[in-house]
Amino acid sequence: MPNILCNDLCKTYRQGDAVIKALDHVTLEIEPGDFICLSGPSGSGKTTLLNMIGGLDELDRGEISIDGQRVDQLSKGPLADLRLHHIGFVFQAYNLIPVLSARENVEFVMQVQGVPARERRRKSMAILKEVGLDGLEDRRPAQLSGGQQQRVAVARAIVSQPKLVLADEPTANLDSVSATHLMELFRELNQNHGVTFLISTHDERVMRYARRLIRMQDGKVISDEIQKSV
Amino acid sequence: MTLTLRMAWRNIWRHSRRTWLTATAMIFSNVLLVFMIALQFGSYDMMIDNTLKLFSGHLQVQAEGYQDNPKLRSSIADVRSLAAELRTALPEARVAPRAAGFALVSSEDRTFGIEVVGVEPASEPGVSTIPGMVTAGRYLEEADSAAIVIGAAMARNLKVGTGDELTLLGSGRDGSFAAGIVTVVGTFDSGSSDMDRALAEVPLPWFQDTFAMRGHGNSIAVAVDQLGAVADARAAAATVINDRDDLVVLDWNALHPGLRQAIQADLSSAWFMYGVLIILVGFSVLNTQLMSVLERTREFGVITALGVRPRRLASLVMQETALMALVGMAVGLFLGWLVTLYFHVHGFSYPGMEELAERFNLPGEMYPSITFGTMILGPGVVFLFCLLAAVYPALRLFRLHPVDAMRTV
Repeated sequence: MPNILCNDLCKTYRQGDAVIKALDHVTLEIEPGDFICLSGPSGSGKTTLLNMIGGLDELDRGEISIDGQRVDQLSKGPLADLRLHHIGFVFQAYNLIPVLSARENVEFVMQVQGVPARERRRKSMAILKEVGLDGLEDRRPAQLSGGQQQRVAVARAIVSQPKLVLADEPTANLDSVSATHLMELFRELNQNHGVTFLISTHDERVMRYARRLIRMQDGKVISDEIQKSV
Repeated sequence: MTLTLRMAWRNIWRHSRRTWLTATAMIFSNVLLVFMIALQFGSYDMMIDNTLKLFSGHLQVQAEGYQDNPKLRSSIADVRSLAAELRTALPEARVAPRAAGFALVSSEDRTFGIEVVGVEPASEPGVSTIPGMVTAGRYLEEADSAAIVIGAAMARNLKVGTGDELTLLGSGRDGSFAAGIVTVVGTFDSGSSDMDRALAEVPLPWFQDTFAMRGHGNSIAVAVDQLGAVADARAAAATVINDRDDLVVLDWNALHPGLRQAIQADLSSAWFMYGVLIILVGFSVLNTQLMSVLERTREFGVITALGVRPRRLASLVMQETALMALVGMAVGLFLGWLVTLYFHVHGFSYPGMEELAERFNLPGEMYPSITFGTMILGPGVVFLFCLLAAVYPALRLFRLHPVDAMRTV
């Protein structure tokens, strides 16, 4: 049974008088533990697809189910719970909470989940160590480099052991060394923890890490192939 | 401190200048409210206290209907015995029986209509400040019989002084002709022109004899140490007269309805002014929190995307407002208390106050009342209005769409 099933997804946006087809009859199956890169030019629908799977936006048409649960039919509250407990997000611009330290950023989601304080602390310290930020736990985002901030964002996304991590251009603002480190980290989490990754990217180096590469254009999937070299 | 509370605290200091400007508005209004409310209630206490101490006392036992229609015949039988019972039931209070009637008073040259009150010279100083306001001669003594103390204005009008004789002419309780000659032993200056012009006091036994009272009186004045003790004293007095259906106990509200109305009128105008001040502070908070929410739209979008429900974000905004309002409340309360304490010790006055104060029988200086209520009332209302002002910015978060919010620059 597929972990994630997307069937005939359609989404249009209006920009002035123009109607833009962000998703045009996209059908997709994602297996548990998959490591997928979505590639394509800007406006090809990568981010829209991630948003739809993550329940951040509403479909015009189609179905999305995760482990048999219809995401597109959930109301706002259960959607928020789905994101909170089962999906991790990593954004291009890190999007950490600026007034919280690295550890507190990681703890924040766990606090909302109702994890006890002691366990939150233990888990956040462990995950920050795992992403290579040992000793930097008490620094605020402004005191960290871009790569370090993105690692905090990754730690925040995976600390609750979600089934799925959706990463939107995670390396776009990173130098090549940081980007490589991040992708190594993703691969390790995928291989060691079985987390499913769906990453949108322009970056050819990132695509090389993917087991499966899906190319999109004008809201359509134009190719979907398993990369044997991984 | 929970993570959310810590986050709220840090958030309010992200723009410390803006926060301080808003908090300063709260502090200023809190200082003003603490001082003004304390001063206002202090002045009311003084106004009530001075008015009651002058003559009426805090309570009176009267015959039913006497307050509205003060006839000599509306009387209390054996008034001195009942006063003694009240003294036993109210050991902390001062009790003075009285009889009162209207009479014509004549000197050699002039005649005026006045109110003559029969008093116990030994008891009267406990319920009235008039005995202490004698400016010429002396007050009545227990041994006095046909003696009278009159207001200074009345003495001027009658052109008499101490040692001069006056003739009283009135009607007795039984409808008989009441007349007597009394000697002026003293004149008083109460500060109330009405009383100084038209009130005279004579010994109660002489009054009862002259006005055919047969041991009756018209009222028993009761004074307590503070306004807060009135309710208990009233209940105790009511118990004493429980078997006397013809008698009632009236507290100062009933004795001086105009006083309560004057206070209420003053309070209404003051509340309006305070309301305007509080609403202005509320708008300042609304502006600050709305800006704060709008500029963090992207951040809130991200947090929502992570799975945090809007109500938790709204709670964060409310906590931020509550913390900011608490800073304003704590600092404002402390500074307001300091200012109030200074004037509580040294008194507060302003040019022209003496003339105004005299009209209400107040001293020339006012002393703010420092109680929990006067201190916390204003800041408490400001705090609540600040929270109320933050409801709109907080509610906006329920309409947040994460994708649109995250696109916000």
